[in-house]
Amino acid sequence: MELAAVILVDGLIYAGWLFIVSVGLTLVFGVLNILNIAHGSLYAIGAYAGASLVGVYFAWGGDAFPYGSYLALILAAVLVAVVVGPILERGLLRHFYGRDEVLNVLVTYAVFLMLEDVMKLVWGVNPYFVYEPYTLLGDVELGPLFYVGYDFAVIGMAIVVGLAVWLSINRTRMGKVVLAVIHDPDMSRAMGVNVPRIYMGAFVAGVFLAALGGAMTAPMISVTPGLGVNVIIIAFAVVIIGGLGSIEGAAIGALMVGLARAASVHLVPEAELFIIYLVMAAVLLWRPEGLFAKAQARKI
Amino acid sequence: MSGAILTASAVCKSFGAVTAASDVSVQVPEGAVYSLIGANGAGKTSFVNMVTGYVTPDTGSIRLRDREITGLTPREITRLGVHRSFQIPQLCNELTVLENMLVAQAIHGSHTPSFLKPGRSREAKDRARATLERFHVAEHADRLIPELSGGVKKLLDIAMAMAGETRIMLLDEPTSGVAADEKFPIMDLVIGALKEIGTTVIFVEHDMDVVTRYSERVLAFYAGRIIADDAPDEVLADPDVQKYVTGGAQ
Amino acid sequence: MTPALLIGGAVAATALLLAGAVLLPDWAMFLTTMALAKGLVSLGIVGMMRGGLVSFGQGLYYCIGAYVAAMISNGLGVSDIVLVTVLAVAVTGAVGAMFGPLLATYRGIFFAMLSLALSMVLYGTLAKIPAIGGTDGLNVASPTFLGWAPEGRALQTGLYLYVAAVVVIVGTVMRLHFDSERGLITLAVRENELRVEYLGASTRNAMAWNYVFAAMLGGFGGATAALALGHVDPEFAFWTTSGEFVFVAILAGWLSVPAVFVSSIILELVRSFSNLYFPNTWQIFLGGFLLAVIFLLPDGLGSLARNTLRRLRRGTKA
Repeated sequence: MELAAVILVDGLIYAGWLFIVSVGLTLVFGVLNILNIAHGSLYAIGAYAGASLVGVYFAWGGDAFPYGSYLALILAAVLVAVVVGPILERGLLRHFYGRDEVLNVLVTYAVFLMLEDVMKLVWGVNPYFVYEPYTLLGDVELGPLFYVGYDFAVIGMAIVVGLAVWLSINRTRMGKVVLAVIHDPDMSRAMGVNVPRIYMGAFVAGVFLAALGGAMTAPMISVTPGLGVNVIIIAFAVVIIGGLGSIEGAAIGALMVGLARAASVHLVPEAELFIIYLVMAAVLLWRPEGLFAKAQARKI
Repeated sequence: MSGAILTASAVCKSFGAVTAASDVSVQVPEGAVYSLIGANGAGKTSFVNMVTGYVTPDTGSIRLRDREITGLTPREITRLGVHRSFQIPQLCNELTVLENMLVAQAIHGSHTPSFLKPGRSREAKDRARATLERFHVAEHADRLIPELSGGVKKLLDIAMAMAGETRIMLLDEPTSGVAADEKFPIMDLVIGALKEIGTTVIFVEHDMDVVTRYSERVLAFYAGRIIADDAPDEVLADPDVQKYVTGGAQ
Repeated sequence: MTPALLIGGAVAATALLLAGAVLLPDWAMFLTTMALAKGLVSLGIVGMMRGGLVSFGQGLYYCIGAYVAAMISNGLGVSDIVLVTVLAVAVTGAVGAMFGPLLATYRGIFFAMLSLALSMVLYGTLAKIPAIGGTDGLNVASPTFLGWAPEGRALQTGLYLYVAAVVVIVGTVMRLHFDSERGLITLAVRENELRVEYLGASTRNAMAWNYVFAAMLGGFGGATAALALGHVDPEFAFWTTSGEFVFVAILAGWLSVPAVFVSSIILELVRSFSNLYFPNTWQIFLGGFLLAVIFLLPDGLGSLARNTLRRLRRGTKA
């Protein structure tokens, strides 16, 4: 019983993290039809930016109000989104809209390669540690087990982010416009929608979410080069499981993977590194386009 | 009817709230030329899609002579000799006209396609050119698909569909997208070539002139049902057909 | 490709590679050996790309081939290079035959991701098995050549010549295959899969065969790389390794077989050179290079040859 509870809690914590890290990827694919390999790099940039900003915050007397470091993390994500997003979208991705999906993967792969080194140039190769925000929320006791409060905050953040994205798309006027663009960009254009601006907005939102994932994770780890390399394929797996472009799918996918990995860590440790891909393969075998894939119209 | 080469019995198909076929029963004798008419969405193309395996009927059966072909894949049905052409020509855009024809030939060769034998051998190219000649498109042999006119694409589409032994040919709107003065020449060519080898022909058409000129029997569709099944003149004079298909007195 | 051109190309390649055996310094010979071995993996990817599928997981077969080579060299004492590589090809061919028919039903992103998933499963598994080295991997015993056990420069040359010979033979066979009836059908599948099915061919069958060939090529490449490097580790199956094979395939394009090996050599040169002088910026160049190829030469380096030939032909016709 206790083991089940441990797996459940661990699974939820990991699922929360997975969701935040993956939702931006599925959003960008849903709107722009681009599977962004550089999403992992944007996550890493968010982590570096978060670490830097928190460092700056505490250096400028932030000890007086340590909870401000959380704002610093969020601000870092915003800055990354606002700076890197438009450069990537307008400078590069704009030229590839409507092209073959796999070609776009290759384009973003090139961007990933470049950003890996850009990070090294900006932040160097030594690790960054910013553990203060991680310890601020103290520990939580669940029976005989101790969890870090921050981990539960991640779950809370995931729920907030999920609701915010879902509500924005499904309950706002802007969201309806975005849905229209998703279904038929040409018709939307003909109806007077500023489609390029929607694309830019969606991409920047995706960058923000990726960077937020990274910034949020920075206090939990040491931020080093190559951080994004592992994250991107994990995010891929979650998004593919859920169905490309589906927010609900990303949530379900995150839950499935989170719980599977938690179970693996406690029951079959050898499988820990690849359980996520087994889950993905299993889902694809059952539902070739993921759990909540978009419907396809008849071709002939 | 024992002479029928294609028999559809009580075929039904719905896509959610849309009825594509409602108790459709058809018997086509061997060697006949039938046409299917009806407004858009009436179920003509769905019928062709079900006969050729792209879509599986919810209930009912489709038989080639005595052989049940309901639910088989397009590939299996093609191998049995039931071929089709497409409303929008389905061609390989990055290949030339000749290469498109070579592909059709290679698939239908007397042997299974080879791993090493050249796909563009002199002998294969000669045979392909001969087929293109028959359809009057040989002059375009080395051009890429996007450069071609609608009529040429249609002819190539049909020529490719005739590769291999064609017992039944279903033509989906063979003259749509084709210039008015090309419609009859194309139909003369295609129907002529098909009748020459005794193929049973079923074509979907919106142009009633083409329908009356080339088919010996017409099936009119409306809302997934066949509302008339007779010779062209009788069908076109039918008040229901006029109401739901042709619109107004003939 | 006319028979004359094909034979001429093979002869020219052989001559070039033989010259390399004599003229190249040690570091260049090793680099070329690795580039040729990896080029074979990319050639398999090109074979699948001709049918419209991009595999992001060829590292799976590269790694299997490498570990098979390592384990039979060390564990079974089998050192003959022909035996080792043939066994690696047999194993990867069998695995490919197992997964191929299944993966061949997927397209686009899903095929790419499934192939990636398989390779990452292998990575995760190998990294956690201490018996075969875990993340440290294994060292690989030096190969022998039909009884001859060379060392130093002679060993290097032996490896180089073996790979070069296989590359010329396999390259010629693959060129014949690409120009064959099945090769033409593969091109058609890429353009209009529905039509190919409606013409009566099984696209799944076509794609599965391409996958199996790619698996075998990957296995050979991995085994040879393992023998040349003297070391294997789970990184062989990591997605970034697979990414590099795809990079070379994109750079080469799907029109020319020699272009694949030229591209592979270019990548190895760029990697070695930049690692030495620009360790923190060479990926910027690599990424930029890939973008430039996608923008300017979407059909890859091989299209340079085709465009030049076309221009020449048009020139002589006029």
